[in-house]
Order: sequence, then structure tokens, then C-alpha cells
Amino acid sequence: MIRFILSKLLYLVPTFLGITIIAFSFVRILPGDPVLLMAGERGVTPERHAELTAQLGYDKPVVLQYFDFLGRLFHGDFGNSLVTKKPVLTEFLTLFPATVELGLCAIIIATLIGVPVGVLAAIKRGSWFDQISMTTALIGFSMPIFWWGLLLIILFSGILGWTPVSGRIDLLYYFPDVTGFMLIDSLLSGQKGAFTSALSHLILPSVVLATIPLAVIARQTRSAMLEVMGEDYVRTARAKGMPPSRVIGIHALRNAMIPVITTIGLQIGVLMAGAILTETIFSWPGIGKWMIDSISRRDYPVVQSGLLLIAGLVMLVNLLVDLTYGLINPRIRNT
Amino acid sequence: MTDATVKLSDAAIRRRMLAEFWFYFSQNRGAVLGLIVFILLVLVAVFAGLLSPHDPTVQYRDALLVPPMWEEKGRAAYILGTDAVGRDMLSRLIYGAQYSLFIGIVVVSIALVGGIVIGLLAGFFGGWVDTVIMRVMDVILAFPSLLLALVLVAVLGPGLTNAMIAIAIVYQPHFARLTRAAVMSEMKREYVTAARVAGAGNLRLMFRTILPNCLAPLIVQATLSFSSAVLDSAALGFLGMGAQPPAPEWGTMLAEAREFILSAWWVVTFPGLAILVSVLAINLMGDGLRDALDPKLKRS
Repeated sequence: MIRFILSKLLYLVPTFLGITIIAFSFVRILPGDPVLLMAGERGVTPERHAELTAQLGYDKPVVLQYFDFLGRLFHGDFGNSLVTKKPVLTEFLTLFPATVELGLCAIIIATLIGVPVGVLAAIKRGSWFDQISMTTALIGFSMPIFWWGLLLIILFSGILGWTPVSGRIDLLYYFPDVTGFMLIDSLLSGQKGAFTSALSHLILPSVVLATIPLAVIARQTRSAMLEVMGEDYVRTARAKGMPPSRVIGIHALRNAMIPVITTIGLQIGVLMAGAILTETIFSWPGIGKWMIDSISRRDYPVVQSGLLLIAGLVMLVNLLVDLTYGLINPRIRNT
Repeated sequence: MTDATVKLSDAAIRRRMLAEFWFYFSQNRGAVLGLIVFILLVLVAVFAGLLSPHDPTVQYRDALLVPPMWEEKGRAAYILGTDAVGRDMLSRLIYGAQYSLFIGIVVVSIALVGGIVIGLLAGFFGGWVDTVIMRVMDVILAFPSLLLALVLVAVLGPGLTNAMIAIAIVYQPHFARLTRAAVMSEMKREYVTAARVAGAGNLRLMFRTILPNCLAPLIVQATLSFSSAVLDSAALGFLGMGAQPPAPEWGTMLAEAREFILSAWWVVTFPGLAILVSVLAINLMGDGLRDALDPKLKRS
């Protein structure tokens, strides 16, 4: 097992270096002079320009610049935002919990609905439930979620007036950040109505973000269940007179869950892409909206380091998924 | 003489294969429905000039935000209503079909050709060529696709062409991986050895001998990528990074419609519905293709 973990970790090193090269070269291939870009419309005198170029290391060869960049990364220095002047890492860490809260909620909704629906559809293969749920799943899978979000806003915020349109909580409430998760912090603050407010802000964005993972999980669970239910050991269990509920619960479900867990884990990339759209529609102050805003403000240090941090994170989660997979399925370890 | 008989039987085999393919494909009612909708979509795109009642970019200043004709204030001239600057929604939706299909075709072609060449090189030569290529593909796959496409567009400059290039770059590793895996399993087969012994060069082995036998998974992936490309380019348009106004691209139309979501439902509803229906039709087709082309992947 230790060899398996080590080999997986070793495998990540070139990928991570590749990610840093892409993030680095991305700023280098940008048209225009980075110093002029930073100076903005005010412009800069030639002396100051030369001074800044030397100070920021832009006069050195590109390869040296890359190693400087890499060195700073290992010291936790991800550069400063051109707009707010704050360190990118600080901004990232401030906004990150909002995205995690949204993403966790979405994946919980997707799993809690997707897995039972998939299992039921597989058991009742060919029934109306199977057909309706799988058609719905395909529609969900094909959904432009930015439009889906707008439709839900029209219905639940516009017509019914049940949920707010944007943000994480009503401005009436103020309490200190403890965990960064609005749901937990609002409960800890003990303010009346704060939790309900946070929940009503969270519900629509998480449903929108959950849509595609939910469809994928339901479809994957169904096909995994169907595959397992055709296996010999399930037939044996049936043949020896085990009640169907036990056959499905103990034999089939457990084995079918292995690929499903992987699928759920691999949704993190989908969630990050979805978060960009969902956070933009609902003005959710998370990483996705931050990236979009930075791209349109041409705040390149933020875009560069944000890209790096997000890719690194997705890579880490994928590693965890791989390791979990190796843990539940010993056959994988030795390949 | 022998040549002629060989050619004839080749054609017969091809016909037989096509018939078999259609048999399995038509078993899947959803796939046939998807195919019909897709053909309609192609027809709408091709005959957009004939079908659309108005010019998609002409602004009728006397008809701002007119609701669809069946609503109380609707007008018969604007069947699906008009947008905030008085452009006919139906005409814009019809022309939007051209954009979506064009984007899908261009993205899939670039990604497919690039992926096949890269995957063939990696699978055929193996060794360090394979290692280097596949590590680079891993790096691209480590980024969430929409995010990488967004950043690439930010570097290249917003616009439809750059959006298509960016999406194609992001999709290409999937094709490369599939091709490589297929090539590696085909390389061990006897017919490849036979062709090599017969004196076939590397290029001939790669493109004429091996590639045709690796196509099935690539076709399925191409269909799925087509629908993703339509979705992602609409998302880029919605975020202001894809096709630029006044292009009647569906995602861009949605972006322009955002401020009217609570006052004019039709400017928001129809473009999104058009995206959903097209993507759904292509995905239905993709499911059918997978069932018909790949017996290993059972119906799911």
C-alpha cells in the first residue's frame, strides 16, 4: 500500500510542474509589457519603468524568471492582486470557504438523490420509474446550468418570492467568521433568523450546481448496479434463498459503490467549472466569481495564481480519490 | 479479376456492417428521436435565410420587448417576441443554430484530428515519446475544462474563433488518450505484424492499418464532445468571452437577456431552451451510437 501511495505521489510531480509552467507562461505570452499593464492608464516614466522591470525581475532570461516564480511558490508567495494589492493567497483563502460550502452542499444533494434513484432504476429496469428517471437524468446532463439558474430565479425568486436572488446572507445579519461556512457560523452566532437566511440563500445555487453531478451519479449508479447484478456471486446469493433486500443491500450495492465513489470524487472538476457559472449567476462571493471578475479586470497575477491553486486542488482531490479506490479495491494497487 | 471480386466483397461487407449498425441504433428509440431533432436542426441552420421572418440583427425601434404572439400584447409579426433592442427572437434563434453547429463541427474536428495524431504517435512509438506526450495531456486534464478555456480566451482575446480554439485544446487530450489506448491494444494483433512484415512503413501502419480499427470509441467521444462544445461555447458566450454581440449566438443572447429575467421571460427562456434541446438531441444520439458501435459498453 505504501508503495502504491508513493508511486501515485511521484507521478504527480511532473504534472504539478507542468501546471506551474502553463500558469507561468500564460502571463508571459500575454501581449504587452507587464509593467505597463500594472501601471494602468496613468502611465509610467522611463526611469520608473526600468526600475520596476528590474525590481520585478522581468529583465532576466525567461528560464530564470520561471525558477524565481517557482521559488516564490514554494515560499507560499503567490503574488499580489493588481486591483486590491492584497496577496492572492489571502484572497483565495478568504473566498474559498464560500465555494467549498456551495460545492459540498451540491455534492451532498447529488449523492443523496442520485445513488438511490440509480439503484432503484437498476432494480426496476425497464419500468416507468427507470425510463422517467433516466430521461430526466439525460436532460439534467444536457442542461446549460447558467440558464437553469436563471429559470429557477424567475420561478422561485420572481414569481413565488421564496428565495433571495443573490449573495450568501441578508445584510441585516453580521457575525464573525469562525469556520467560513455561513450555515455553521450563522448557527454559532445565535442570531434569530440568521440560519434560515443563510439556508435560503444557499438552496438555489446548490441545486443548480448539483444538477449535472446528480445526473452523472444516477446514470453511473444504475449501470454499475446492472453490471454487478449480473455477476455470479449475486446469482449464488439469490439461489441460496437470500431475501432480495439482502442480496441487493449486502452483495450488489457494496460492489457497485466502488465505481460510483470514484465518479463522485471525479465530479470535483465539474463542480469547479460549474461554480464559475453558478457563482456568477447568483453573485456568490466564491472562487469562481473571483476568477471571472479577475479575468474581466485583467488582474493577471490573480488569474495566474488562481488557476494554479485550483488546478493543484483538483489534482489533490483526484489523488485522494485514487488512493481511496486503491484502499477499497486491492486489485488496483498492484497494477 | 481477383481485384474486382475483392472490391465487390469489401463494399458488400461495408453495406452489411452499416445495416447491422442501423439495426442496433434504431433499437434505441431515444437515439432515433435525437437523430431526427438533429437533422431538423441542421436543416434549420442550412435554410436559415429562407426560414427566418426577419433579419436577425435589424432593430425594430417600434417593437422593443414585444412578448410572443400568443401573449396579450404580442404581435403576429414577431412570433416569439422581440428582445430589448427590438430584434426578432425567432430569427435570432434560427440563425443561432448556425453558430452552434459550426462551433460543434470546428471544435470536434480540431480536437479529433489533433488527438488522433498525438495519440497515434504516443501509442505507436511508446517509450519516452509516449511518456512525454501523456504527461502533457495529464497537465491539460488537471485543469477544470471551462476554467482553462476561459483563461485561454482571456489570453487570446474574447471572440468566437479564440473560444473555439480554446475549447478544442481543452478537449483534445480525451481523444489522444482514447486513440493511444486503442492503438496499444491493436499493435499486438497479428494483422499489424503481418502488415509490418509485408513492408508497410510507419505512416501507412499508423493511418491505414491501425487507425480504422480504432474509430468506434472515437466516434462516440466525438458525439459527446460535440454536445459539450455547444454547451461550453454557450457558457463562454454567456460570460462575455465567446461570440460577441450582436452575433445571434444562444449563450451571448442569454447574457444580453440577463437583466430582463424578471420582466421579460421570453428573452431568457427561448435561447436556453434551444441550447438544451440541441444538446439533448446530440446526447441521445451519442447514447445510441455507443450502444450500436461498442458491444462491450452494454446499454446503461
